Amino acid sequence: MTPEDQDLIRARQKSRARVLAVLLFAFVILVFAISIVKIQMGMPLRAQ
Amino acid sequence: MNASKRLDHTLPPRPNRAYSAPQMSVANHALTIPADWRDFLALTKPRVMSLVVFTGLCGMLAAPASIHPVIGFTAILCIALGAGAAGALNQWYEADLDGKMKRTQSRPLPAGRMDRQSALHFGVGVAALSVILMGLAVNYVAAGILLLSILFYVLVYTVWLKRRTPQNIVIGGAAGAFPPLIGWAAATGEIALLPVLLFGLVFLWTPPHFWALALFVKTDYANAGVPMLPVVAGERATRIQIGLYTIPMAVAAIAPWPLGLTGSLYGIVSIATTALFGLLALHVATRMADDGDAMKPEKRLFAYSISYLFILFGAVAADRIMA
Repeated sequence: MTPEDQDLIRARQKSRARVLAVLLFAFVILVFAISIVKIQMGMPLRAQ
Repeated sequence: MNASKRLDHTLPPRPNRAYSAPQMSVANHALTIPADWRDFLALTKPRVMSLVVFTGLCGMLAAPASIHPVIGFTAILCIALGAGAAGALNQWYEADLDGKMKRTQSRPLPAGRMDRQSALHFGVGVAALSVILMGLAVNYVAAGILLLSILFYVLVYTVWLKRRTPQNIVIGGAAGAFPPLIGWAAATGEIALLPVLLFGLVFLWTPPHFWALALFVKTDYANAGVPMLPVVAGERATRIQIGLYTIPMAVAAIAPWPLGLTGSLYGIVSIATTALFGLLALHVATRMADDGDAMKPEKRLFAYSISYLFILFGAVAADRIMA
């Protein structure tokens, strides 16, 4: 494997890690928002 | 998504766009290069997803119940994720077919930019996430229909029907017809006649839509060995079937108005747009292509059929909002 290959692999891993971090953060925010809404509506955190 | 996992290709590895040939051998790089995140996005068939999301959203807006925006957003997100997962699993299973068709050979799997196992893991993971999130955050009825639609698309359409029968898209069309039902169920927690008619509309719209496409990409399907109707039964029979399926589709499209399920806005829009659909379909049904024919009427019907569905579903939602 050439240094160029290693650089490309690292770049791919880095961009995937960034995208995954953003998605995970968005998911946490979404779950938080859902929880707040369900609490405000007096609904159980599970679906009826 | 195994970042640097050694790949287990069942397809011959192909050059990766990120590499120039002298830098490393094709076989070597195919074993070590992790797929780009954009390739995972491409697996979800974003363009198909847009129609699915739109019909799901309109099904939700047409429902006679209010849904909290956060819960509504979650439901639409789950529909999008479920559609994306089904698309990924479809591409995982059909990688060999996709490699034989010009229209699909640049997809991540046939182009050799991703290993099949990553696509399978991604598809199963996103499908599970979409159904679980829908069940916990929205309701179990919507989650159940979402699960059914994913399984129908992957197992019934992709695995069972597509390579076996020219009726593949007739029955398989049900998979794409579920979103309005899911959207409605997300808002109300139950199923009613209007979303069932919307389901019927998409179900009956699918054959003329796909057969119009199949008429002008017939060679592609024939090369891949997919038994689409033009390949198996010929062009004449396909044109007649397009005309015949347009009739019940028109009935399903217009029916909500005389049944009192929608107002006159939807009635007028559905009659006008369905009449145009009927004219385009009639033109396709009554002509035969010559050698070197540009197939313009078929392309026009295919393009219009997409707009038609967008307009009709937009009218359903607008009709409810304005009522």
